[in-house]
Amino acid sequence: MKNIKVLGSGCANCKATFARIEKVARAKGVAVTLEKVEDFAQIAAYGVMSTPGVVIDGKVVHAGGIPEQQQIESWL
Amino acid sequence: MFEQFAHFLVYQLGGLSPASQLGTALHFWVMDTTKILVMLVVVIYFMGLFRTWLSPEKVRRVIQGRSKTLARILAVTLGAMTPFCSCSSVPLFIGFVEAGIPLGITFSFLIASPMINEVAVVLLIGLIGWQLTVLYITAGLTVAYVGGIAMERFHPEKWVEAYVWQIQMGEIAQPAIDTSLRGRHVFAVSQVTEIVGRIWLWVLIGISAGALFHGYVPQTWVAGLSERENWLAVPMAVMLGIPLYSNAVGVIPLAEAMLAKGVALGTTLALMMSIAAISLPELLILRKVMRVPGLLLFVAVLMVAITLVGWLFNLLN
Repeated sequence: MKNIKVLGSGCANCKATFARIEKVARAKGVAVTLEKVEDFAQIAAYGVMSTPGVVIDGKVVHAGGIPEQQQIESWL
Repeated sequence: MFEQFAHFLVYQLGGLSPASQLGTALHFWVMDTTKILVMLVVVIYFMGLFRTWLSPEKVRRVIQGRSKTLARILAVTLGAMTPFCSCSSVPLFIGFVEAGIPLGITFSFLIASPMINEVAVVLLIGLIGWQLTVLYITAGLTVAYVGGIAMERFHPEKWVEAYVWQIQMGEIAQPAIDTSLRGRHVFAVSQVTEIVGRIWLWVLIGISAGALFHGYVPQTWVAGLSERENWLAVPMAVMLGIPLYSNAVGVIPLAEAMLAKGVALGTTLALMMSIAAISLPELLILRKVMRVPGLLLFVAVLMVAITLVGWLFNLLN
């Protein structure tokens, strides 16, 4: 099971990112644990300066913008 | 081109007379709408392409370790060109601090970024002409430059929350951007659809307000209002702008209406800058990294700088 974290302070793009990952995961039938990280110290600790960022199993795979659908599919 | 299109649509196809009020207002509206929408698409596309080369992470690397003056000039110009959402201001702040970039320069960046962006520039050119647009950009850059220097004089380091200094960012995550030409093109197109999709309604409302003024406001009424200007109008406009929050795009219809009513240019620019640069939501977010005295100073510095710019423009005008 993949652990996915969406880094972001609750802005519109962060919410859209969260929703899109949720949707793609459900469509593909992949089991994931999805969580939001809203604490700035933690976000910065991942080395992310432009939100939203996406972390999968502890590794930053994306930063700065809503990821494309194909991108999300390739992560899963 | 847009003129001919509007002429064809309104006078020939629509059969309205160029002498009628409805005719001129509609003509102006069609011309402005098509012109601005086309310009928006073109400019956002090219800025989108350009941004595949420019991210806050890169800005940080470019600024880091430069001499103060050069670093500040870079911070202000890059700030004006980088898209910025107030929710990114804290990670950005931390990132800059962590890279050893002086706080004053970080503030210059934070001021320039919301005040100047390509959408606002296109709308300004379309609605109030390129001369005033150049003035607005110059004023914004100046406020950002001087504002950062002024902040520095007060040694704002003492107000930064302690945890900020302890964060180790380690490896900086670069935004995942497809660097092939096709990838950059796809990114630019997605920027166009996202941004135009978000703002088109506001643009139409803004232009409609402009068209109304264009067709229906009698000139004598405008002239009557413009005589009631005094030097207190600028600080009043700045104060008025603090509780109001909008990005530079939303402010432009208001600015156009004010100018049309004969409010002085410096006063209008001051209100625009105050609304765009000083916002409560951004201050609340910045509170996570800076204590209240530092934030109050930030607001005070901006107020003074914007007021000075407003007076200057009123004098020059």
